[in-house]
Amino acid sequence: MKRTELAIIGAGPAGLSAACQAARLGVQTLLIDEYTRPGGQLIKQIHKFFGSEAHKAGVRGIDIAAGFLKELEESPVEMMLGASVWSIFPNRVLSVAVDGRTQQIRAEKIILATGASENALGFPGWTLPGVMTAGAAQTSMNINRILPGKKVLMIGAGNVGVIISYQLLQAGAQEVTIIEAKDQIGAYQVHASKVKRLGVDILTGHTVKEVTGNGRVEKAVITAVDQRYQPVPGTERTLDVDLVCLACGLTPLSDLARLAGCRFTWSPLMGNYIPLVNDKMETTVDGVYVAGDCGGVEEASTAIEEGTVAAISAAESLGLVFAARAAQLRQEARQRLCDLRSGAFGEPRRLAKDALNEEYKAYERV
Amino acid sequence: MNRIPDHPILGKEEPSSFVTIIVDGKPLKAREGQMIAAALMENGYEKFRTTSRLGEPRFFYCGIGQCTDCMMEVDGVPGIRTCITPVREGMTVNTLRGLGTWRKTDEKD
Amino acid sequence: MSEFRKRGYLTQEEAMSLASYPSQERMEKGPVAVIECPEGIPCNPCQCACPHQAITVGTPITNLPALDVAKCVGCGLCIAHCPGQAIFVVDMSGEQATVSLPYEFLPMPQKGEQVPVLDREGRQAGMGTVIRVLNPTSFDRTAVVTVAVDKELAHRVRAIERRREHVPEC
Repeated sequence: MKRTELAIIGAGPAGLSAACQAARLGVQTLLIDEYTRPGGQLIKQIHKFFGSEAHKAGVRGIDIAAGFLKELEESPVEMMLGASVWSIFPNRVLSVAVDGRTQQIRAEKIILATGASENALGFPGWTLPGVMTAGAAQTSMNINRILPGKKVLMIGAGNVGVIISYQLLQAGAQEVTIIEAKDQIGAYQVHASKVKRLGVDILTGHTVKEVTGNGRVEKAVITAVDQRYQPVPGTERTLDVDLVCLACGLTPLSDLARLAGCRFTWSPLMGNYIPLVNDKMETTVDGVYVAGDCGGVEEASTAIEEGTVAAISAAESLGLVFAARAAQLRQEARQRLCDLRSGAFGEPRRLAKDALNEEYKAYERV
Repeated sequence: MNRIPDHPILGKEEPSSFVTIIVDGKPLKAREGQMIAAALMENGYEKFRTTSRLGEPRFFYCGIGQCTDCMMEVDGVPGIRTCITPVREGMTVNTLRGLGTWRKTDEKD
Repeated sequence: MSEFRKRGYLTQEEAMSLASYPSQERMEKGPVAVIECPEGIPCNPCQCACPHQAITVGTPITNLPALDVAKCVGCGLCIAHCPGQAIFVVDMSGEQATVSLPYEFLPMPQKGEQVPVLDREGRQAGMGTVIRVLNPTSFDRTAVVTVAVDKELAHRVRAIERRREHVPEC
């Protein structure tokens, strides 16, 4: 059986930064990803990121990924791509499917950095070809270089919906209409303003009623909703569209944490069940850590910092870094996390993570 | 053509080299390294599979290997997620009907 | 929650009531940065980009950017570095006003070209003349386009029409 000191599952922002940090601390590391290209969702994020210089602010996601990959290329980290981890057995044995065959890998430490998946939204016609998640449209444009539609209905005005609407315009889409069931936009005002001033309609208090078409999307019927999200009679409108994108939030891809036996908890602020972790990103299973969206959906910048924290903790428990040095490095990363989790948008996420850490302490005491 | 040859952020596309895959019996030129789903979308395909009971069409939905909407039969194996499986020279790709059936391929493995 | 969260954009009045919005007199003296960033995002590249230390975010990083109009020379480096594309430069010292704005679309406008100019809501406010297009490597693909417009449009124009030629066929 193949053995490794550290296996990192997922080569997105959390996994890449964990791998770089682990390599810096001398941990023998295996980085595994299901896709044939490393980078996770960073390699389709062509916009500039918020934050400070320490968070690589102002740099585009694609370039942040390129920076990590360059560092990894010059490191001894081994990368295993096109490889699906389908379970974790006792004693941290991973089952990995590559080219239709399974192999087992024994890891002393595991960092789960599997990210999140986009939520579906069911309505008549939602399975028609031409209805896809916003992320799928982003993959299509920015990786596959294929424009999936020219007349677009975007469902959801959070940051994902608004940013991808902007990217659809950059890729050559002609018209984008954004609808949002809530009475306000979820995205940062600056992101919404970017598309608004280019003529994109953002209709709050609106939802989709149905999508129709012969074998593919042709029309979408939208309607205003009242405060109880019930359709308002007489407000229906039909839009000619060839693409409908769903940007209705994300759910952590935490299946592997479940399979590993990690304890989960309901986080009302995050709106999901998430693995219970302490402030070192340790789960309740010995030697298993989580980082990034699989431990609660946030953003790429926070995932990067959590990956750093998890890697420091893994290196410390492997005896490769002294406790005091590990604590100092972790503190620096935590400060950067704290900065990202500040303000009206970030504060709820900080509170959610603090509550998680407190619950972990209570669990440990029992 | 829905290709994006030039882009304000991604820049001009690098020239591709091509492989030939066989889609529902017809040869198709695909860019080396691209995913099967991308090759099909670029060439106007809008149906990857049909559902078991109602025979409804399914297409590209999540694009990252999570939803299984884009599954096709690839080299005789049903249920292959085409959005995360790159093309290979000579690959046979067929529209998947329902869950499909495993075909005996000649002496494979 | 503010009204602009329902609309997704600031009205001209809301923008002009921001503390960092320069006065009419300052704009009449020469180019100056107009920072339309009202939400306390944890973000500070504008501060780092300014070679004249005219923009301060400070600590905490969620502070709204403050502009020292005396130090600002209107160079526009902050325009390309703002990840939110929320910074513009307005100059009302000449016969016409000029507005410099971020632009990330193809094809790039050309100097001398007449372009429809748009307000914060995406409505056409009039026509403008492109007088400068800057897109050096250090701007990292966010071009800064300067358009000359009628003076009464200086507080209103925040975009130029994205052109629709050469789009891929679907």
